[in-house]
Amino acid sequence: MKTLRRQRALADYTLAALARRKVKNSALVGVFSLVVFLLASAMFFASALRHEADTALQGVPDLIVQHLSLGRQGMISEDRIAELESIRGVSKVRGRLWGYYYDRVVGANYTVMVPDGGAMPPPGQVIVGEGVLRARGLDWEGAPLFLSRKQGDLSRFDIAKTFDSDSALLTADLLLMNEADFRAFFSVPAGVYTDIAARVRNANELATIVDKATRIMPDERFVTRDDIARTYMKLFDWREGLMVALGAMAMLAFAIFAADKASGLSAEESREIGILKAIGWDTRDVIAMKLWEGGLVSIGAFLLGCVAAYAHVFWFGATLFAPVLKGWAVIYPDFPLAPVIDAAQLVTLFLLTVLPYAAATVVPVWRVASADPDAVMR
Amino acid sequence: MTQPRPYRRPSTPVFTALGLLLALAVAQGGHALATAPQQAARLAANRQIVHDLGLSDLALFTEARYTRHPALADHAAPFQDAPGSFEHFPSGSFVPPAGPWGTARLGFDAQEVTQ
Repeated sequence: MKTLRRQRALADYTLAALARRKVKNSALVGVFSLVVFLLASAMFFASALRHEADTALQGVPDLIVQHLSLGRQGMISEDRIAELESIRGVSKVRGRLWGYYYDRVVGANYTVMVPDGGAMPPPGQVIVGEGVLRARGLDWEGAPLFLSRKQGDLSRFDIAKTFDSDSALLTADLLLMNEADFRAFFSVPAGVYTDIAARVRNANELATIVDKATRIMPDERFVTRDDIARTYMKLFDWREGLMVALGAMAMLAFAIFAADKASGLSAEESREIGILKAIGWDTRDVIAMKLWEGGLVSIGAFLLGCVAAYAHVFWFGATLFAPVLKGWAVIYPDFPLAPVIDAAQLVTLFLLTVLPYAAATVVPVWRVASADPDAVMR
Repeated sequence: MTQPRPYRRPSTPVFTALGLLLALAVAQGGHALATAPQQAARLAANRQIVHDLGLSDLALFTEARYTRHPALADHAAPFQDAPGSFEHFPSGSFVPPAGPWGTARLGFDAQEVTQ
């Protein structure tokens, strides 16, 4: 009880001392919180997005076969479907029809696709992602979608269904069409597809299957599920790398600011410590007082930064990062993020921010506090 | 004669504020736990959409072909749009090239070009 009362009194004294330099210390807590907020926001955002992508991409086809012509992707013949099916272990082979449509009305790119059997809309109808409706401003029930390929051309499609924003990360710019409509609209002849997707019964056999398929179809490019996963892993690593690079600069700037504030004891502070010692404070008390100062500032700023970062990312849709996602795109996914908190990352952030600051506050004080009060006050 | 102001301990409001922040942090943890089943169901539905439609990529950046479908982007031909080429669209700087690129290297001096 006595120890608690003593510590409380030390905290009171520390806060009263901090209040004497209100502006400077408020600015310090503000900047500290801002640094933590930016780093924690980037961390929450990246890990939530990675989790979202990892889960969704578990459903991607095991193997995608593209035809390469003149060094870039061309249409693939439907004969390849039978050739692929003939390889043992390959199942559910289907030709995919998909491509891009640039909407000159709003300047947006749509991904147009023909879905598999059951999900295919009837002729004259389309299923659209929420981004398409947003871009076109089709916010009333039953609004038709007009698409134009060239001047004087206009095709009408009725909207059969809309994907909601829960799946926006995957479907924001999707436009699902009937196969006959797709071939007619984009002048794609019968018997060719954009690429071929296949499932493999045993994932361990994928490499062997790709090997066999390469021998049968040497002109084609094979993209496996692992390739796709690797691409996204790289994408997120790259992005996190950029964020860490920016974060490191913020940390460095803060480190200079904090080191200046914490380590270089002003003459006034040294005199204060000298007086405290002269009136009977122990070196331990002075250090405990400074520990309170460092702890209150850094833990307060850490808590404030983290709480604000969580609210920013998971409650307000990471509004600060939206411009990065949008780029020049007219359609950008407006999607919710499932809260994912990586405890190890939080601990790292804590160790990188709170501990160095607390240490930077205490070390110079210890030097002054252990000296003779008379010498310090002079 | 004015009454002296009663002494208010400066730590009281600060500790209260810290306590509130801590409570908010705990509430956020509770929020994450409480919404977890609902979010798991949404993610499972998304996985099903990917499976049913045979999607290969995320609609993160829709401004260019190679940022909309980085997994299926061309990377065999030189000097065409690809992640890692001279950047035109802002989002291209966030999408690294898919690779692996093989042994060839894109370079500018005579030694590199002839490699």
